Amino acid sequence: MDTTLNQSNRTTSVASSERNRWAMIRGHKFRRNLVWLLMSLPALLWILVFKYLTLFGAWIAFTDFKVRRGVFGSDFVGLDNFRFLFATDTAVRATINTIALNLLFISGGVIASMLIAWLFYEIYTSRLTKFYQTMLLLPRFISWVVVGYFVYALLATDNGLINMLLRNFGLEPVSWYNTPQAWPLILLLTSLWSGMGIGSLIYLSGMLAIDTQLFEAARIDGANKWQQFIYITFPIIMPLLVINLLLSLAFILNADFGLFFQVTRNQPLLYSTTDVLDTYIYRSLIVTQNVSMAAAAQFYQSIVGFVLVIFFNWIVRRIERADEPLALF
Amino acid sequence: MTYSQRLRAQKRLDTDSLMNWLARFSVHIVLILLSLGCLLPLVLIISASFTDEIALTRFGYNLIPAQFSTTAYELIFRNPTVILRAYAVTVFTTIFGTISALALMAPLAYALSRPDFILRKPLSLFVFFTMLFSGGIVPYYILMTQYLRVQNTLFALILPYLVVVYYVLILRTYFAALPAELIDAARVDGAGEFRIFISIALPLAKPALATIALLTALNYWNDWTTALYFIRDSQLYPLQYMLYIIQSNAQAMQLQASVGNISVGEIPTQTARMAMAVLATGPAALMFLIFQRYLVRGVTLGAFK
Repeated sequence: MDTTLNQSNRTTSVASSERNRWAMIRGHKFRRNLVWLLMSLPALLWILVFKYLTLFGAWIAFTDFKVRRGVFGSDFVGLDNFRFLFATDTAVRATINTIALNLLFISGGVIASMLIAWLFYEIYTSRLTKFYQTMLLLPRFISWVVVGYFVYALLATDNGLINMLLRNFGLEPVSWYNTPQAWPLILLLTSLWSGMGIGSLIYLSGMLAIDTQLFEAARIDGANKWQQFIYITFPIIMPLLVINLLLSLAFILNADFGLFFQVTRNQPLLYSTTDVLDTYIYRSLIVTQNVSMAAAAQFYQSIVGFVLVIFFNWIVRRIERADEPLALF
Repeated sequence: MTYSQRLRAQKRLDTDSLMNWLARFSVHIVLILLSLGCLLPLVLIISASFTDEIALTRFGYNLIPAQFSTTAYELIFRNPTVILRAYAVTVFTTIFGTISALALMAPLAYALSRPDFILRKPLSLFVFFTMLFSGGIVPYYILMTQYLRVQNTLFALILPYLVVVYYVLILRTYFAALPAELIDAARVDGAGEFRIFISIALPLAKPALATIALLTALNYWNDWTTALYFIRDSQLYPLQYMLYIIQSNAQAMQLQASVGNISVGEIPTQTARMAMAVLATGPAALMFLIFQRYLVRGVTLGAFK
């Protein structure tokens, strides 16, 4: 911008100095770009190593991996690992559990987050809003290990809070860590407890953008709060909700390792309803040390995950409004 | 409007405001209950840590200690080497990791936010495309243990969270929104690009940087998975992993004790374990409470998309 300005001002200046000036500007431009490149290099290197080089690790899924022989020295075995993997009930069960539990968490999460956002919206001007928000955000920043401790304090068979209450009411205490059918619900509640505060914030910001005249008009027409929610708020934040749902669905094969590992205390008796792909891969890799099998499960999770992300992202791109880009890419 | 109509309208307004008041009141009640629900776990753990061991076994976990006692903490502080070591590891990785992470992410984000950076498009694609896929834990495990060989070092604890591509995206958006005039002015004054970044862009981006710093610090503080995969040397256990080890050891020993193999004497008592959990969570919870406004701001920046 300043160059054009200077150009017009300096029509009288000699042609050679003008040429020098251009050379200088070009030099500056080159130097600037070089500095920017140098600034990016350390982080780019990290991304290259940790995000791109690890992709070659997918090869492990097709080999009989031996640590001593390395990734590319191990014998190629084609699809054998995958044949073994899907021959085991465990991998199939882990897949079903991952999808079913994630669907449960996603639907529960959306409903809870939206209702909480609505509650916040109704009292947004109150001074207490900040306090509530702080409290509801807090669980997300407690490590899963400590959450595991807390859930244990609630569910311990001999002296957990819930069994103590059951006893007080004259009911049979339940051996929770031995009752797999209760765990989808327990995990749902834990995941809601941890995520609903943050989940609600995106819907709240959507609601705060709604023109309040709409509510005013509805109130004059005699609509109560619930009707206002159903006929105004909900339709307006619907796109936001759909897009959130789609983006969550894209990651449906990825389970929150901490939730499933720590909160269940990695209790084998619960695996029938709580073993997911991520915990299965962990066990194959670290406990049974069958790296090839872990790699096969990992490859399958990553590939299907990638396809899902591309697919759902494509849908989101098609339905999002131009002024409000929401897609990942 | 006839008189009766007006009267009816007036009446509706009255019931309206009463209903409104009732509605707001019940919203507050629900939110207070939810807030208490979110606080409950911490209260339960804190209360357990201050309960007498025998009372805890007899009367169970409760929101108020059945019998107040500080024995658990005395026990820990009598022989504090284990927890102090874990604290040192966690504090070091959190501080050093967060600083390094910002030192890596901020320059990249700044460069990618410059409209006249020739490589902006290809490099942005290179960086942000990684949000769509993940090689997962297995290749990463092989990379860390077979190629970088960082297992059982502090590097293993720091490396994983150095660059979070999503945070780079947030920072880039923030840098891109900074007024271009300021940067142009500095350029006219003859400041170099790096100088502009350090003394103009960074100070202006403080809110975004604070949000990312807080999120990164909490990532490091709460991390236990990295140690689960890469740390076998008990000298290098971070706090959260130590908590996990104590818990799973106690679980295993209880199992053996119930078979009758060993005495139960060596298991850290339940109350001591809860006290450890309190000591491990305290700083993170405090960090959260002090800086939580940056988190709420982080949401408007899209930090939790």
